[in-house]
Amino acid sequence: MAATISDAGTRRDFLYVASGAVGAVGVATAAWPFIDQMNPTTAALALASTEVDLSTVQPGQQVIVKWRGHPLFVRRRTPAEIEAAKAVDVNSLPDPLAFNHNLAGGEDSGPATDANRATKPEWLILIGVCTHLGCTPTVSTPQIPEGDYGGWLCHCHGSMYDTAGRIRKGPAPRNLEVPPYTFLSDTRIKVG
Amino acid sequence: MRLTHLSLGSSLVLVLGLSASAFAADAIDTKRLHPKSGEFEFEGPFGTYDRGALQRGYQVYKEVCAACHAVNHLSFHNLDEPGGPEFSEAQAKALAAAAKIPAEPNDKGETTDDKGQPLMRSATLADHLPMPFPNENAARANNGNNLPPDLSMIVKAREGGADYVYSILTGFHEKAPAGFKVTEGKYFNPYFEGWNIGMPPPLNANSVTYSDGTKATIEQEAKDVTTFLAWASEPKMEERKRIGFGVMIFLIALAGILFAAYRKVWKDAH
Amino acid sequence: MSGPSTYKPNSSLERWIDARLPLPRLLHDTVHTFPTPKNLNIWYTFGGILAFCLGVQIVTGIVLAMHYVANAGLAFDSVEAIMRDVNYGWLIRYMHANGASMFFLAVYIHMFRGLYYGSYKAPRELIWIIGVLIYLLMMATAFFGYVLPWGQMSFWGATVITNLFSAIPVVGSHIATWLWGDFAVGDATLNRFFSLHYLLPFIIAGVVVLHIWALHVPGNNNPLGIDVKSPQDTVPFHPYYTVKDAFYLTLFVIIFAAFVFYSPDFFGNPDNYQPANPLVTPPDIVPEWYLLPFYAMLRSIPNKLLGVIVMGGAIVTLVFLPWLDTSRVRSCRFRPLMKQFFWGFVVACVLLGYCGSQSVDAVKFGIPMVWVARVASLYYYAFFWLILPIVGLIETPKKLPASIAQSVLGDNAAQPAE
Repeated sequence: MAATISDAGTRRDFLYVASGAVGAVGVATAAWPFIDQMNPTTAALALASTEVDLSTVQPGQQVIVKWRGHPLFVRRRTPAEIEAAKAVDVNSLPDPLAFNHNLAGGEDSGPATDANRATKPEWLILIGVCTHLGCTPTVSTPQIPEGDYGGWLCHCHGSMYDTAGRIRKGPAPRNLEVPPYTFLSDTRIKVG
Repeated sequence: MRLTHLSLGSSLVLVLGLSASAFAADAIDTKRLHPKSGEFEFEGPFGTYDRGALQRGYQVYKEVCAACHAVNHLSFHNLDEPGGPEFSEAQAKALAAAAKIPAEPNDKGETTDDKGQPLMRSATLADHLPMPFPNENAARANNGNNLPPDLSMIVKAREGGADYVYSILTGFHEKAPAGFKVTEGKYFNPYFEGWNIGMPPPLNANSVTYSDGTKATIEQEAKDVTTFLAWASEPKMEERKRIGFGVMIFLIALAGILFAAYRKVWKDAH
Repeated sequence: MSGPSTYKPNSSLERWIDARLPLPRLLHDTVHTFPTPKNLNIWYTFGGILAFCLGVQIVTGIVLAMHYVANAGLAFDSVEAIMRDVNYGWLIRYMHANGASMFFLAVYIHMFRGLYYGSYKAPRELIWIIGVLIYLLMMATAFFGYVLPWGQMSFWGATVITNLFSAIPVVGSHIATWLWGDFAVGDATLNRFFSLHYLLPFIIAGVVVLHIWALHVPGNNNPLGIDVKSPQDTVPFHPYYTVKDAFYLTLFVIIFAAFVFYSPDFFGNPDNYQPANPLVTPPDIVPEWYLLPFYAMLRSIPNKLLGVIVMGGAIVTLVFLPWLDTSRVRSCRFRPLMKQFFWGFVVACVLLGYCGSQSVDAVKFGIPMVWVARVASLYYYAFFWLILPIVGLIETPKKLPASIAQSVLGDNAAQPAE
């Protein structure tokens, strides 16, 4: 490119820079739809919240519903299970943080006390995905105990969770995640 | 409006009567009439949908058309999204809950009850609007072997678009010209190709009672439901025109800068 | 003009890369310093515009393929899901559909430019033939692509065109069955059309590279049709033609945007918003506008096999063009007689396109359209096989200017700047 030293060259350079800048803005703006289209569609987002009817769940029973493609554990705890969860010293836990998206300051803004794991003690709502490598843990019942802590046992690599869904033994690094949920009534929750 | 229809109808009769006398008596050209303009405000580069018309149109669809016509590409969550009827989320949820759709298999794996009827559940925002008939055969069996088309894209799927749909809906009271025999089981509508349409006139004055107090004449109902159907065919129209405006301004500005650069560069060439 | 490279690396990084892969050198020689005739006009910008169009189609197409489902039961609904649920899906789909029309608009201007200025003549014959190959690939790609939404027109257009193969004697119906993968157009056909629609644009891209490579041997033709004689006749491609092409490309994009945002269904057919129904034929089966002239030729011949031959022959004829034109003069600017036949050819093509859009028995102003199509097809063939050879021999061309530079200077004496 011939280098011109005149004013015409400076004016031309300005026009180059101007066109380039405007063009770059245009390209960036045009690029956005192509990036955003890979985000979840409105159809997927419409399934982001699920309402669950609690009225059919008996004490000591768990139901599993599908939420955002994952299993969701909805467990109605017996008083004994609640007591067992409260009796545990939080500092002795492998994961002492709450991992509860309902906490005001963020999911790990408080310790993993039983109060920080369930809004209403009777109802334990957990994402049924083992925090190790993603398998679905099996629930422990008095008839068929799974694991040593009365909560869940993940058969893939032996992680054991207690009656508040906290990891006690095994390779899983985190407690089972508590999703955001609200009680619409005593017998209905909206998750997500 | 009525007078125009009457004069149009009578001029139709006159023209066809004249042409009928010139040729054989049964050689009436049953090519559909050019659609009349519904004067829709959403047309044009800056047109938007009237929210009131969309909500009233949804009411007409639900109370009159939904008995036979599906609009299955619409989901309930479209009803509260921007650019559409913009019902509140609560209203949209209520509209969904009022609709029943086939339920997923129950714990026993059944999809029908002990009388053989399909198990139903209330719809949620995530569901598509329900179809009145599960398949084409059922639709035909219930409609004298006519198939009421799905209306999700009807405005885009017909030559003449919204004006065509509006003309069909308001065209039923035109008088058939002398010598034209309506086929058994069909209805006369000169805006439909061949003039014999399988759909009985769907709209009457006060077929619906509008909650906002608008007078429910046939023309009003037709205009509202056509606006609703235009939105159903093109829910992104307002966004498209809005973004289009910004894009055109940007491109014109860019063209201006590039033109200046081009002239500058070429001035040095000679 | 191809010749020794004048590239000098500006930095040690450039030197390092250039010693291992001469890509910086290639870019420098082809896009930066490439000597280009200084008198190229607006009709010469469409090559660059076409490259842009190919890029747009590939990018929008790959993104659409992330959401599209190539299954006869799901395809139509998946396209509607793109229009309604995918973020900006409506925009990407409309860009892809209207982009195809813009692509063909540009390619026809590009081809007519080549015809008018004699760009197909020696030594550029192979560029023209490669171009015909690109055109064929484009038509195949567009045909496959139109089937994918699985609307009424998609299905019936596919049926009509694949049925043409059954016109071939003896093996025709076997070929048709082989193409369909079934006894008629169906799910098997849709899946393979999707696969081919995804593949062909990349083949087009490769052939375009050959097209540009072949062009860079002799260099660009120009509106005067005379050879470059000295460096005074040329300017470096950058910045002269990079900025000029950028400007004209922006104008082209303005037209593209006008369709996408304000009339996105202008080029489309309402019947394609109805799901495909193998049992109900639409009253008028029409391809997209850019295929209409060939469709008109096909239908103008009452015999099925001859119709196919006439239609196919029209495209094959293009390959022979460099040898059919006997004139020594390239550009129609200096060929007063040929110029008029050229415009007649343009009219014939437009008429054919119009005829293709009408139903076979249409009559306008008392003239059956099928006869207009026959006359126009006759002119099409006559233009290549009779007019081009004969006019080249009998015509008296105007006097050619001595050089490009002299012609440009002469223009400048009359008015300032380009």
